[in-house]
Amino acid sequence: MTNKTLTGLLFVPALTIFSAFFLLPLARLAAESVDGPRGMAIYAQIITNHRYFRSLQDTVVISVLVTLASVAVGGAAGLFLGRNVFKGRDFLVALLTLPISFPGVVVGFMIIELAGRQGLIGSLTDNILGTKVVFAYSALGLFTGYLYFSVPRVVATAMATAGKLDQSLEEAARVLGASPWRVLIDVTIPGLLPALISTGAICFATSIGAFGTAFTLATDINVLPIIIYTEFTLSANIVSAAMLSLVLGVVTWLALFLARLVTGTALTGSSA
Amino acid sequence: MKRGPLFWAQLSVTLLASLFLTVPIALTILTAFAANAFRGLSSGLTMDWIGKVLNVYGETILRSFYLALAALAVCIFCGVPVAYAFVRFTRCRLSALLEESLVLPLSVPGIAVGLGILLFWGTVNWFRHSWLFILAGHVIYCLPFMVRSVTAVLRVAPLDVQEEAARTMGASFWGRFFGIVVPAASPGVIAGSLQVLTLSMGEFNISWMLQTPFTRTLPVGLADSYASMRLEIGAAYTVVFFALIVPLLIFTQKIPALVDRLRHGRDSGRAKIKG
Repeated sequence: MTNKTLTGLLFVPALTIFSAFFLLPLARLAAESVDGPRGMAIYAQIITNHRYFRSLQDTVVISVLVTLASVAVGGAAGLFLGRNVFKGRDFLVALLTLPISFPGVVVGFMIIELAGRQGLIGSLTDNILGTKVVFAYSALGLFTGYLYFSVPRVVATAMATAGKLDQSLEEAARVLGASPWRVLIDVTIPGLLPALISTGAICFATSIGAFGTAFTLATDINVLPIIIYTEFTLSANIVSAAMLSLVLGVVTWLALFLARLVTGTALTGSSA
Repeated sequence: MKRGPLFWAQLSVTLLASLFLTVPIALTILTAFAANAFRGLSSGLTMDWIGKVLNVYGETILRSFYLALAALAVCIFCGVPVAYAFVRFTRCRLSALLEESLVLPLSVPGIAVGLGILLFWGTVNWFRHSWLFILAGHVIYCLPFMVRSVTAVLRVAPLDVQEEAARTMGASFWGRFFGIVVPAASPGVIAGSLQVLTLSMGEFNISWMLQTPFTRTLPVGLADSYASMRLEIGAAYTVVFFALIVPLLIFTQKIPALVDRLRHGRDSGRAKIKG
């Protein structure tokens, strides 16, 4: 066998696994989604079915809000940590990036500890204000949970990028008399922008597909992954579950693709 | 540099963000060891909850551990060869397309991947009920991280020169693969392995879709305990999970420095041989 054939053989194990457990299952999902009496028209349901449409709206709105908030908070913290050297910095960095791969279910539990029925915020407000504030199981709780797993990702990216940015540009602006705010808005943020857009897209993609957090919090707003799960398990509505899964996949992929088009870097989401 | 209001604003955001991220972890640890979470620490400290978790959920912990190791083995077995093939066929369109496609599972929500696997393979009974079913989902989700990590390392390694040298001295294809490519890939394999282990241990979405009562993993057990057990048990279980995953995460944070040292060590070794 020639070297080229032998090298070609090296594709085989990965491609076998990939086809068997990803490509074929996705193809099956697509086939299953149009298998109902309505055929392709099932996809109109994402607009016509009130429950689905509402869920898609809620999921997208909450994901957009989380993305904006975590880019703002994580961007500021990441820039700060990337630019300042002080005692305890490494410790702060470790704290801020540690939750990066906490699973969504654990994040849900964190929010219950913070704002649940027996949570810290509840007992603090009970003692101070006399009313118990509990928001873990509302839309705000879901938002807080998504923020929890998004912020560390943005911090890590912003910090790495801030360290690589050419600081002489900022120095020049400063020497020319720009105020610190002007330097931040006109020089630093534009420099960070590609990184912020790509990490923002990843936050969006992660939030939109997040299942564990919403599942643990059992919130009153039904995000799309939860709808898919209940359609499949409770209603045995495989056609709709498959259709919604594909819609969710396409929205996620599209967000990452658009960000990639804007910034020119390869992105992949992650799951929570 | 003078520390203006901007500095202090950024510092406050940073501190608030770290409080937001760490306070719930601290609360969880407190709850896990408090005799009664509702009355707080004044109720005394106890290991009872941890003991109970190990008793009730011990199996899921072990299963997740073995599953992560199995996922790692498969990811190395599939990931290193394909990464090398990607590097060798860099200019081939089809290979580039494959490289792109292999990371697709990360852009598709886990719940969708799980549903797909369930629909396609769910009827194969022995497979559906074995732990291999969960393993399949984990591998699909973890493989891209291994491939990415190894490909990045191999792309910058001086493979051409070394392989050519080995070839002229009569090394076979497999001799070169195991003698040159695999050692060159090792820093990438180490970094990728840590990612695979961490991700597999924490994977919930796919595992939840694919689980049977006999294939529950740690995160699946966690979700169960959150829904059906008292707060202290959920917290204790979470602490057990942290104890397993935090060392991996800390290692991951230290990886760049570690890889650097590895590389320097090898370079100095080479210099010695040359001298």
